[in-house]
Amino acid sequence: MSEEPMFDPSLKKRKKKQVQFTVDPLGADADPTAPAPETIDDTTTDGAVVDLGPATTHERMKLNGESAVKSTEEDDFKAMFGDSKKKKKKKEIPLDFGDDSGTSTPVPAASTPDAGALGEAIEDLDFSDLKKKKKKKKANLDMEAFEKELKSSSATDADADEDADPTPAVDLDDDADLGDDPFANSSGDVPTSVSIGNEAWLKSDRDYLYPELLGRFYELLHQANPALLSSSKRYTIAPPSIHREGTKKTIFANVTDICKRMHRQPEHVIQFLFSEMGTTGSVDGNGQLVIKGRFQQKQVENVLRRYIVEYVTCKTCKSPDTLLTKENRIFFMTCESCGSRRSVNTIKSGFQAQVGKRSRTRVG
Amino acid sequence: MSVQNLNVHDPFAEDGDPLGDSQDVGSQADYIHIRIQQRNGRKTLTTLQGLPKQYDAKKLLKEFKKEFACNGTLVDDEKMGQVIQLQGDQRSKISTFLIDNGIEKDTVKVHGF
Repeated sequence: MSEEPMFDPSLKKRKKKQVQFTVDPLGADADPTAPAPETIDDTTTDGAVVDLGPATTHERMKLNGESAVKSTEEDDFKAMFGDSKKKKKKKEIPLDFGDDSGTSTPVPAASTPDAGALGEAIEDLDFSDLKKKKKKKKANLDMEAFEKELKSSSATDADADEDADPTPAVDLDDDADLGDDPFANSSGDVPTSVSIGNEAWLKSDRDYLYPELLGRFYELLHQANPALLSSSKRYTIAPPSIHREGTKKTIFANVTDICKRMHRQPEHVIQFLFSEMGTTGSVDGNGQLVIKGRFQQKQVENVLRRYIVEYVTCKTCKSPDTLLTKENRIFFMTCESCGSRRSVNTIKSGFQAQVGKRSRTRVG
Repeated sequence: MSVQNLNVHDPFAEDGDPLGDSQDVGSQADYIHIRIQQRNGRKTLTTLQGLPKQYDAKKLLKEFKKEFACNGTLVDDEKMGQVIQLQGDQRSKISTFLIDNGIEKDTVKVHGF
């Protein structure tokens, strides 16, 4: 039970505010009724928790300023491939509604980060195509839930509310991936939307909570220098499209696309992929990569993400705008935006164990 | 007579080139690599390479086999040295085992998907 995202009044309040945002900066596919664009997806694709505090504030500032700005580089980077997990989450939500637990508190809580992430995603994620369809479907359901929720707004005790929930078991299962981040709960409880001068802690003598202070910091920061709002651009890459060829080979269709986007030689990327995955393969006539072995999209994505961390993003300024050059057998990465230059590890494939028939390798 | 303070002294003279004598500049020699390899079907192999010399690979292998309930062998590779090879995907288990037993976390590198 406790794993489910708690219901809290602050969340609701925020949502009410959002409904006014009919001028949505997100384009046609963002439903204005969907209580979306303020909250940000708090989990990344790898399940790591991203701090909600600054992101929300950041977002809010953005909306106020009506400037389409992206959130901090860190989140961006993690959300780069951010669709596969979100897709999964989205599927769950209609399921919840199907069980006629419209009032069930976890649902809106669960759906908002999603929608928020989606709103974010539409602006600058390339993977949004898949999501858009699902999103439309969801919108009506979301509205319904929202209305019901408004009626039941007197309920403040999250636990009591959840106990009344007729389908807790289903929720629990479905929200498993939401549930495993502890931060989602705690940060949901804390109103980060305090404006300067009337912080929540002024009235009571409790301690400040970290998210609150963080929110305050960002608010002050952005008030002082509005230029920061229109800062970095999110770095995105199309998700690798992985198909199966037969049972033993995997086709990675858009390697060249991805390489082009990263400004890297396909050979380098492929070499890295092979050495990381401990396999071999070849590039076929259409520029597709044929990998020996069975791999899922998620797995390839992980490896690619590691490649980007290692060989694409600048370690100094986190910018993906880098060039890789080779000098005296050593690769150097030069950052285009900050000018830093550093050597990167050469790709070394490690020990390859004998797999398959011994006789075959002896002959070959 | 010379004034000692005015002597031109190269503070780095005795150090030499710090990278000169080590051949593995930018190499991954000091890492423990844990890799995975696919076999037929859904079977996999886990290899552990680059174990520091002070550890007895044989004893470690024995412990791995007992701990993870899998089989494994010690492979002598002419280039890579001794490599522990285990059946199945034991990557996370190996890395936690090593880290729990006092190997620094940054020296352990887990590869694979």
